[in-house]
Formats: sequence, C-alpha cells, structure tokens
Amino acid sequence: MTVTDRPADIRPGTIGSSPPRPDGVAKVQGSFEFSSDISADGCLWGATLRSPHPHARIVSIDLAAAWQLDGVSAVITAEDVPGEMNYGLISQDQPVFASDVVRYVGEPVAAVAADHPETCRRALDAIVVEYELLDALLDPEVAIAGDAAPIHPDGNVIRHQRVLSGDPDAVGDVVVEGTYELGMQDQAFLGLEAALAIPDSGGGGVELHVATQWLHEDRRQLAACLAMDESAVRLVLGGVGGAFGAREDISLQVHCCLLALRLGRPVRMAYSRAESFLGHVHRHPAKIWIRHHATSGGEIVKIEARMVFDGGAYASTSSAVLVNAVTMAQGPYRCPNAVVDGWAVRTNHLPCGAMRGFGAVQACFAQESQMDKLAEACGLDAVEVRLRNAMRTGDVLITGQPVLNVAPVERCIRETDALPLPDEPVGGTVGADGAVDVMKLPGGAGLTADAGDVVRGIGWGVSIKNLMYSEGFDDYATARCRLHGGVATIKFATAEVGQGFVMIAAQIARTILGVDDVRLDPIDTQIGSAGSTSASRQTWMSGGAVDAACRAARERLFEAVGAAHGLEPVQLAIDGTDVVDTMGDLRVPVVDATADLEIDETVEYHHPQTVHLDENGQGNCHTAFAFVAHRAVVDVDPELGLVKVVQIATAQDVGRALNPLSVIGQIEGGIAQGLGLAVMEEIIQVDGVIRNGNFTDYLLPTFLDMPPVVATLIEEPDPHAPLGAKGVGEPPTISSTPAIVAAIRDALRQADGVGKPLSRVPVRPSDICL
Amino acid sequence: MSGEHFTLHVNGVDREVRDSWLGESLLDVLRDRLGLVGAKGACEQGECGSCSVLVDDNLVCSCLVMAAAAVGRPIITVEGLSDPGLPTDVQQLFVDAGAVQCGFCTPGLVMAVHDLLDRVVEPTETEIREELAGNVCRCTGYGRIIEAVQRVAVSRRADREVPR
Repeated sequence: MTVTDRPADIRPGTIGSSPPRPDGVAKVQGSFEFSSDISADGCLWGATLRSPHPHARIVSIDLAAAWQLDGVSAVITAEDVPGEMNYGLISQDQPVFASDVVRYVGEPVAAVAADHPETCRRALDAIVVEYELLDALLDPEVAIAGDAAPIHPDGNVIRHQRVLSGDPDAVGDVVVEGTYELGMQDQAFLGLEAALAIPDSGGGGVELHVATQWLHEDRRQLAACLAMDESAVRLVLGGVGGAFGAREDISLQVHCCLLALRLGRPVRMAYSRAESFLGHVHRHPAKIWIRHHATSGGEIVKIEARMVFDGGAYASTSSAVLVNAVTMAQGPYRCPNAVVDGWAVRTNHLPCGAMRGFGAVQACFAQESQMDKLAEACGLDAVEVRLRNAMRTGDVLITGQPVLNVAPVERCIRETDALPLPDEPVGGTVGADGAVDVMKLPGGAGLTADAGDVVRGIGWGVSIKNLMYSEGFDDYATARCRLHGGVATIKFATAEVGQGFVMIAAQIARTILGVDDVRLDPIDTQIGSAGSTSASRQTWMSGGAVDAACRAARERLFEAVGAAHGLEPVQLAIDGTDVVDTMGDLRVPVVDATADLEIDETVEYHHPQTVHLDENGQGNCHTAFAFVAHRAVVDVDPELGLVKVVQIATAQDVGRALNPLSVIGQIEGGIAQGLGLAVMEEIIQVDGVIRNGNFTDYLLPTFLDMPPVVATLIEEPDPHAPLGAKGVGEPPTISSTPAIVAAIRDALRQADGVGKPLSRVPVRPSDICL
Repeated sequence: MSGEHFTLHVNGVDREVRDSWLGESLLDVLRDRLGLVGAKGACEQGECGSCSVLVDDNLVCSCLVMAAAAVGRPIITVEGLSDPGLPTDVQQLFVDAGAVQCGFCTPGLVMAVHDLLDRVVEPTETEIREELAGNVCRCTGYGRIIEAVQRVAVSRRADREVPR
C-alpha cells in the first residue's frame, strides 16, 4: 500500500506529516513500561476466584483453608467492599464480588493476595464455595418473551428500542429478506489486564497504575466502590497493550485496590489469557432479521428489521450498542421508511459491551448482505445497487437526524472500485510453468487444497459509523498547554492505547504554536477528563482540546509580542517557527518570543449536544458520521471449505489525514479484525461455559491470514471537526466483514451455479462445504 | 515459593537466580526475578510469540521453557540486542515504517525478524509471512511490519554492495 502523497513543504512533525512515535524506540527496545511490567518494593500478587457456573446461588464460602496457606496475606469477598457493591458504565448492576448469586461463568467471587502467583493459585484452589445450581437463561428469545424469572433485579431486558419513520405500510416492487447471525468476538488485545495499586500511608487514598481506556470513568466507579472521595483515588495510565473496547469496563481495578488498602502494601494483579477471556466484555452476538423493500430499479423504499443482541449477564454498554445498531440499520443508504425493533437482553452468557464498531458491525453485516440480495433481485451488480442508494450530506436518517457531515459515500465506492485487483492468479499459482506456491492456497501449508478446484470471488461492503458518544452524553475532553522558551508541554488524560494520540497531540502543538520541541506530561487524573479512547473519538475530541489549548496559548503569545512591538495581536500569525506580522516586516522566532513568557492554558472541548431517542427512535442522537467502502477478493476451496483472503481494497472517508501513516495503520489493523470476525474468530460457549478461551482455540489472524490492503484516503475536511479530521479507527472493521463474506458467496456461486447463503459469521469450513 | 538457586547466562552476563520456584518459566524468571521485562506474556502457551528470546541461538517462546532448563545455555533477550536509545536497524525501521502501535508484540517480533534476516538475507513476502506467522499482532494488520522487514533487507543489501 502506498501512503497518499504529501506535499513536500510540510514542516516535519506538523499536521499532515508522519513523524515517528515518541514512544517508538522504547517499544522496540522492550523498555516501554506496560501495566504488566510495573512493580513496587514489597509488592504482593493478587488473584481472583471466579464462578464455574453460569447461574447458581452461593450457599456458603469457606475461606479458612486459604487463610492458612503460607504466603497468603489477604482473602476478601463481597463482605469486604466498603462502598457501592456494584459498578457499571451506564447502570451499576455488576457486583464487585458475587455475594448471593453468580450469573456467568467467570464472575468474581473472592480475591486473594499472596507472595507469589503460584501461592495465589493454591489459595484460590483452597477456597470452598458451595453452590446451588439454578436454571441458566441462555436463549435471548426467552428473555424477550418474559416467561423466564428475572436473573437480575433489573430484569432480563436491558433495553428495547424501536425506530419508526415514514410510512410503516410502504411497500416496494422488490422485497428481499434474510436472517443473519454473528458470533461473539473477543477484542484479544495482546497486553493482558494488569495493574498495580499503591495505598497511601494511613489508607486514606490509593494510586492505581492501570491499562484502561478512560481513567476518569474508572476513577468514578472505583471511588464509589471504595467509599472514597474521587480526589483520594489517583489513576495513572500504565502502558496499554491494545484495547479495542475491552478496557472500557472495570475488570481488576476494584479488586486490586481493595487488596492493597486492606494490607497497606502495594498489590499487583495480572490476568492470564484464560482469565482475560472471562474478565472483560465481548462483542455482542446478535441475530438480525431484516427485510428490504425497493423499487424495481433497486432504490430502497423501506427497511423492516428485528435485532436481538445477547448482552450476557450484566448491562455494560449494551443499551448504547443497541442504539447504534437500530439507528444504523439502513447502512450508508437513503431510506425513507423504516420499522426497526431492537432488543438487548440479559442472559447467563459472558457479559458483552464495547468492541471496535460497537453495534454498527452487527447491523452492517445484515444490511450489506441484504444489498447483495437486492442487487440480484433487481439485476444490478454490487456496485451499482450501492451507488443508486448512496447517502449524501443533508440526507435524513431513519431517526429523523440529518447527516450534516461530509458524506462521500459515492466517492468511497467509486474510488474503491478504481483500485487495482490483485495480480495473483487464482489459487496462488506462480509463473508460466503453473507451479503452485502452496503458501498462497486456501489452507496454506497444510496442502489441503487442490489448486484446480479453487475459485475466486469478489464482494463488497460499505458502512456508516457514528463518531463520539450519543444520546445526550457530553463526552468532553480536556487539555493543557504550557509554553515557555520555545517548548510546548501538553497535558491530557487521553488513554494512549497504541493508536498514536501521543503523535497527533505533538503534531497539533507544533503546527499551532510554531515550536519543534513538544513534551507530553504523564497521562493521569491530575487534569480533567478526556473521555474514553473509543467510538473513534480521540482525534476529534482530545485533538480538539489540544488544538483549543494551543490556540489559547498562541493568543497569549500574540498579545505579548503585540504589546512589545506596538502591534495588534490579530495581525500576528505563526509562519513556520516564527511569529510574523501579516501586515508588516516583524519576524520573531517563537523560541525567542517565549523566552521570558510562562503561558499556561487549559481548555475543555465539547461537541454539540445530542438527544436521547424517543420511543419511536426519533431524535438527533448522534454527533457525527464517517463512511468507508471495502472490496474483498477471496480464493475458496469449495470442497474443503477453506478460504484465503487475497486482497482488501478500501477507500475511507477520513476528513483529513493528520498523520497518514497512522491512518494506514488503523485501516490495516481494523481490517484484520473484520477479517477475523468474517472467517476465524468466535468465542464458543456451550451451556454457558466457554470452550475456547485461549489462543490455541480462539483463532486470530496471523501474517498468513491477512492479505495486502490497497487503500485510498478520501480527504474532504469536515467543517464540524475541529481539525477537519474524522475518527478512523472503527470503520475499517465494520464493512470488511460483510465484504469478505460476500466474496465467499460469489466464489461459491461460481463453483456450482447455486452458492450458499452464508448468513452467519464467522463463516466456518462446514458452512461452505457441507 | 522458593528454594531453587541457579545461574542463567543472559545477554552475555551470568545472572544468579535465587529462591526460585521450580515451576517458573524462563519468561517468569526473566521478567520477575531478573527485571528483564522486554519479553512479554500474552498467551502463555506458545501461540503468540510475544515472549520470543534466543536460547542457544534458537528462537523460542520463553513461556514454554522452564527457567532451570536453560542453565548453561546462552540466552539473548530484546534487551541484549542494542543499548538504550541506540536501536538496531530492525528496531529503527519498525519505528520509521509505522510497524509499532501498542507495541506489546513488538519486542518478540523484533527478536523474530532479527532471527529471520540472519538466516534469510532477502526473504520474499511469502517467506516473511510464513516465518513470522508465529508472532501475533492485534493492532497493525501486519502490513507495516512487512514493510519494515523489507526495508531492512534493502538497506542491508545496499550496505553489502558498498565497494570496499
């Protein structure tokens, strides 16, 4: 892939360039401190005892044998929680420790602290919990029907949301429908959950070093559970080894602090991979029925849909995930009429919440699969049917909300279509001699595919994603800029999880202030909130805050320079690294102009207010939107059900690429996760018990699974975005999945003239060959 | 949890390990007893390559090697590749090419890429993919990593071709 050519005159390190990451050398040398690397003198290890049952009443917990083990310092349960017994992002419904009932396999029941991880494991083994098994609620439809007893005091339906728009009785000449399913996907960040809690002497407060997506929200929930004032709870961002949504909820934060405060000693906790699968929320499995009415020319007249999201045992962000799904059921297409019903329900499965794409992923797989059905019914090809319906700026969503952002859906499709198809011949044969490179066959080195049977298919996916938080939530961001002696020092609480905000922040400061030397303060709660590193929002929100803080500092600089030279501040500007008079000859290096200045500005950036959906799903609930198109090329062995993804082409609406190399990184990385959902990744639960909670059985895309990506960045700066830049993290994940599945369907249709519906992801070999 | 005493030869230096539990992996001992946290634990069963180190010049997952079994065998970790602030060509091009995002898989990948390029001077893209398939990255989708490896190979070839 080539990065879009940049003008050569961009000053290095400013917006539009791709400077090296400030943490890059430390990361390649192994000296960057991840949360799992942090220790302290006299530190003990903590560990968590978890429920083996999906639904059971706790009859008794006997801790005596655990206490008696050498090396064990503390054993705690719900009785040791001083404050709120429950936490949660939206509703506080999840116990710190289960005390009466366990609701999923993996729910925390107790925690221990000891001198060694192995001592911890033995102590957990020594705790005796007597359970009385209860019937597990595992079918979301049973939860919706209301026949089953509530498995939680808050009931079995987390949210029901309807979207009604236009004429519910409208009909089209052409009607296509389908039922689509998605399995549960895991974020599978590599840096396992880990934290170090250091109690204040006297126990009046605690400092927690933790890998998280949102320090201030963690602090809010943590302080409530610890019965402490928020000011007594200090959070410091430990190095974050990926996030993808899985670090938005509390995992070990409360347990670690409780143990440390109980003992008056530092305690560190680190999940194993098996525990991580139980210890964080996942992408919702979903079942979506959807029917499209269209004109004979393929223009959408109405959608009807019923969406069911399995939220698992606790609410987490299920209600917001559901809102994304029902409000984006139309995809990036005009749709005058809609009847959509969605449910997010509680079951005794693993809790679900945020993962990259957040509800849009599920809706997109269903509606993009429908677009191909619609194309076939109308005798159109995949590109034409999408072009005929492509949304434009000013179009109104099924919620009644106008899309005010740049909406280059047509350009995304056309520019993706213009990207070259792969040179690779079908089946990966090489050279005129027809020799087969087995590594390029479906099945790879397993030699399980016969090159002569391999069929190539092409498929499309196009998507819309809301940026920032929705439904009235003011997810503001804060930044501080200090300027002295040509050095800008920037402070924010924005969680750097790998996405590269540390680069973007410095690029903004260099551009606005005309300085080369930008330093970043530690990322912690010693400044106002930055909101979460999620919802593709930090470039817009924290970028907006850094931009505003730097502009405020620049105003102070211009006032000082103006006063010194008898000029109006308004006629001054930054040119390169100088302050210049736009109406005269003055030119002063910023380094000199700030030699005696101590400028210090802190700014909060807020996006425009949104509203909660009404009972008919109407209202301007979203903040902004981004779009993308994907074209997948796959080789399929229909007999053995094997798939090799050969190439992904994409044109993405990025607004403005502040750091083109980072944008490419987000695109390629996001597509890898979309590929995983399409053909590899699913958490399997049987009777509520996870069966593949490890990296041997939960399959992640490797170097051999991920194809080359060819990409075009659609740069139409968005006037609503503080820097013209849209978030780029989620869109690559969303429509790459349906594009790959469509390509497999295309290959199978060619193979036997009939094909397979492939209405469920991940697509398994048995779905293809049986 | 203690009792075992042994010596490991790590990055050219003998390091005493005292009061270790015999069940500790090489990864555990490197990280928690010797303070060498460059090797990362992400799967603990040899699937992801984040803990890659060299033992006897062989690239291994240190999570699968018992620490006591590595006695008497030279061990090289990512800390042994270069001095602080002076990255190797592989390390520098990882940074320059955008091959680093969260960075958790990176030390293991750096070990694997050095090992690959020591054995195969100019690997094809397919060889790069096959050789590195034991190292999982969840952030990058691998494209920029392949780019980094190819740039190292090109740069080393240019160095070889400089007239002496």
